[in-house]
Amino acid sequence: MTFLSRLLGKPNGLIGMVLLTAVLATAFLGAVWTPYDPLKSDLLNRFAQPSAAHPFGTDMFGRDVLSRLMRGAWVSVSIGLATLVIPVMLGTLLGAAAGFFRGWFDRLLIMVLDALMAFPGLLIALGLMAVIGANRFGVIIALSVAYLPAVTRLVRGSVLSISQNEFVEASASMGNSRLYTLVVHILPNCVGALIVLTTMMFGWVLLAESALSFLGLGVPPPEPSWGNILSEAKAHLMRHPMLGLLPGICISISLLGVNLLGDALRDELDPKSAAAPSKETI
Amino acid sequence: MNGQAKPADLLTVEDLDISFGSVSVVNGVNLTLKPGEVLALVGESGSGKSMIGRSIMGLLPKAGRVSRGRIRFDGHEITAPESAEELRLLRGRSIGLIFQEPLSSLNPSMRIGEQMFEAMRLHTDLTEAQIRDHALDMLRQVRLDRPETLLNRYPHEFSGGMRQRIMIASVMMLKPRLLIADEPTTALDAVVQREVLDIMQDVARASGTAVILISHDLAVVARYADRIAVMEKGNLVEGGDTGAVLARPQHPYTRRLLDAAQLGTPTPVAGRAGVPLLTVEGLSVDFTEKKLMGLFGRTVHHAVRDVSLTVAPGEFVGLVGESGSGKSTIGRAICDLTPMTAGRVVFDGQAFGELPAAGERRLRRRIRMVFQDPFSSLNPRMRIGQIVREGLRHDRSLTAAERQTAAHDMLEAVGLDRNMADRFPHALSGGQRQRVAIARALIAQPDLIIADEPVSALDVTIQAQILALLKRLQAEFGFACLFISHDLHIVEQLCARLYVLHKGRLMEEAATPDLFAAPRHPYTRRLLGASPRLEKGPEGLRLAEDPAPDLSDNAFEYYDATRVDDPYRLIEAGKGHRVAVRAEAEIGAGAA
Repeated sequence: MTFLSRLLGKPNGLIGMVLLTAVLATAFLGAVWTPYDPLKSDLLNRFAQPSAAHPFGTDMFGRDVLSRLMRGAWVSVSIGLATLVIPVMLGTLLGAAAGFFRGWFDRLLIMVLDALMAFPGLLIALGLMAVIGANRFGVIIALSVAYLPAVTRLVRGSVLSISQNEFVEASASMGNSRLYTLVVHILPNCVGALIVLTTMMFGWVLLAESALSFLGLGVPPPEPSWGNILSEAKAHLMRHPMLGLLPGICISISLLGVNLLGDALRDELDPKSAAAPSKETI
Repeated sequence: MNGQAKPADLLTVEDLDISFGSVSVVNGVNLTLKPGEVLALVGESGSGKSMIGRSIMGLLPKAGRVSRGRIRFDGHEITAPESAEELRLLRGRSIGLIFQEPLSSLNPSMRIGEQMFEAMRLHTDLTEAQIRDHALDMLRQVRLDRPETLLNRYPHEFSGGMRQRIMIASVMMLKPRLLIADEPTTALDAVVQREVLDIMQDVARASGTAVILISHDLAVVARYADRIAVMEKGNLVEGGDTGAVLARPQHPYTRRLLDAAQLGTPTPVAGRAGVPLLTVEGLSVDFTEKKLMGLFGRTVHHAVRDVSLTVAPGEFVGLVGESGSGKSTIGRAICDLTPMTAGRVVFDGQAFGELPAAGERRLRRRIRMVFQDPFSSLNPRMRIGQIVREGLRHDRSLTAAERQTAAHDMLEAVGLDRNMADRFPHALSGGQRQRVAIARALIAQPDLIIADEPVSALDVTIQAQILALLKRLQAEFGFACLFISHDLHIVEQLCARLYVLHKGRLMEEAATPDLFAAPRHPYTRRLLGASPRLEKGPEGLRLAEDPAPDLSDNAFEYYDATRVDDPYRLIEAGKGHRVAVRAEAEIGAGAA
């Protein structure tokens, strides 16, 4: 596909794709197989140095760090992906309806979303977690609510600007219903922007999940996630910095991959970019 | 053209090549310009004409460069300046530039006055008061009333024509020796275009400025130019005095441009007599603007006021007026894209709004629209075949294969290759896209096409092709057409009858030949004079003369749409010829 080859032809697209693929592969592997049981402690072998048996050493309970990072990758990534579903689907639906049908529904929705957006996403999630309780589904729901406004506003804005095009009127003048016009003519033209936002959001969600876990509001221990591995390491950070550094590096690599890929996608999907043919050809 | 530099030449372009990477956009162009001379640089989009203008300013886009040749201006080597500073001082001070789009070339967040003063402060030592006086004087020269009140206003408060005049005023304030005007009026409609170009010519003449007028429309620039240079695909194919080029064009491309500008003999498409296909009675459309959600009242803008018209089956009817006259709104109201405030639309004997919903939908499907801008009227994410097929969506009796065949046949009928069905719109040129739009409208075999400025966004040569295409398709499919345009000469080509609109009011209605032979309303005459065309003279082509304003009947008796509150009445001025007058006025309807 030419789109994919153009995307991978850019340095940021290529690097981002490689990093993200590595993270996803690790996560899926961690779901089914890890060298040791990530929950099994071995108190005789605490804080072991890296060795052939334990490539990244063991933690304060003698658990294998590599296994914990792999399983943690799965927990973090699965929460990240699950969290994308609700905001993207519900946000698209709400944004499209608001942008296309306007009127009181639009005004009311925007008022509510603006109020939500006035709070930082993490703060909303923290509040919700306190109500729902600290578990995996709590994290997913809290983060979904926190990121819903961003998607809704983006889709609404795209729908509004695309509706200005004459092909939307052309559709109406052919006797097509408004719903058909929205689904066939307007939404496909929003997909580019939505893909970019979704890519970026995956990064934010990973970070937010880690932050929640770090604060003790995320996935409850002993289940590992990158956030709570980091959180548990903080007591031993002075003498065993590797314990904190390793999950930090994992989070950084994921974010870097997602951001690079997001940038490349944005350039590639932007009609004003050089690769896309423009209205004025010289 | 003669490449020898004469000492008197203000500008010399010698053997100029401009390339973008490995792509050459201008090849070996030679031009000279004397002080005070007006040169028209004519060519289609993509011919490289704008790039020449930009290279003279030393302002080529980043990817472009002058790969060969030299440009000399008034003792300065533009292509090999002694310092970047030298070019910067020339720009604005000695060479002025006017762009096509005055909306984007004026800074929207700066007051008009500030923008005008900016260049003067930079290039002269005058005091603030002197600069201000100078700016006011300049605004007066471009015929803007009460200039003192304008300096503190922002660009968005002005119409396109006024903005372009302001642009001219601010560029000409420094009395540059050369003015480069790059399609200065292409975004404007005919009446305003004429005004702006007239003003530009006067101002340039007053300060002895030479002008390079870049345009795709030969007929428009011919009126103003001393010499014409014709560009095709980066090559200068012909150059010479305006009269000579018009009368005896040497190069086939010039001839093609000239043919396009004449548009040929009008061949009106008359309809079948009997019951009209479309009758619009007393149509009014208001646009209401609520101030802060209606809390502070609302302003009502009457876009269309009490307009009635008819279209016979198979007839081409023109709806003409400048931008803001409400002509597009009428088309959109007929198609239910804009709600009507009052009035009745009867199509094929049945009135919209008085039928059951399903029946009305079926009826409306027999009306199709063609839009102005082919770059925005096709969905960029759909393939050409899909786009055309969509026109058949409501015909449930067809199978997918039949739709596909119909779409391919339709593409061929509009002069496109059936292989194009798999392409996306961005791979097509403007003219091709407009053909696709026409195919989409015609595939359902509608009885009426509403064409809203279908050729205004296209190059002149392409315009003629699209008009010929519409004519051929009409003969084949027999549809009627409501043709909306600001250019009387375009609608003259195909339309049997014309309606002239001004500020939402019908000014005149007549059969096309009658309207051209004896236009009654002053506004119609202004429209007629606005779009220059070429005609055959005794020695080949020449510019058509304006119809002399006939002042024998008193103009003040006609209804003037700028005076909204005057009583309005349409009276018969001949057979099928009606004209708007002030209600109490009686007019010598001598022709009747």
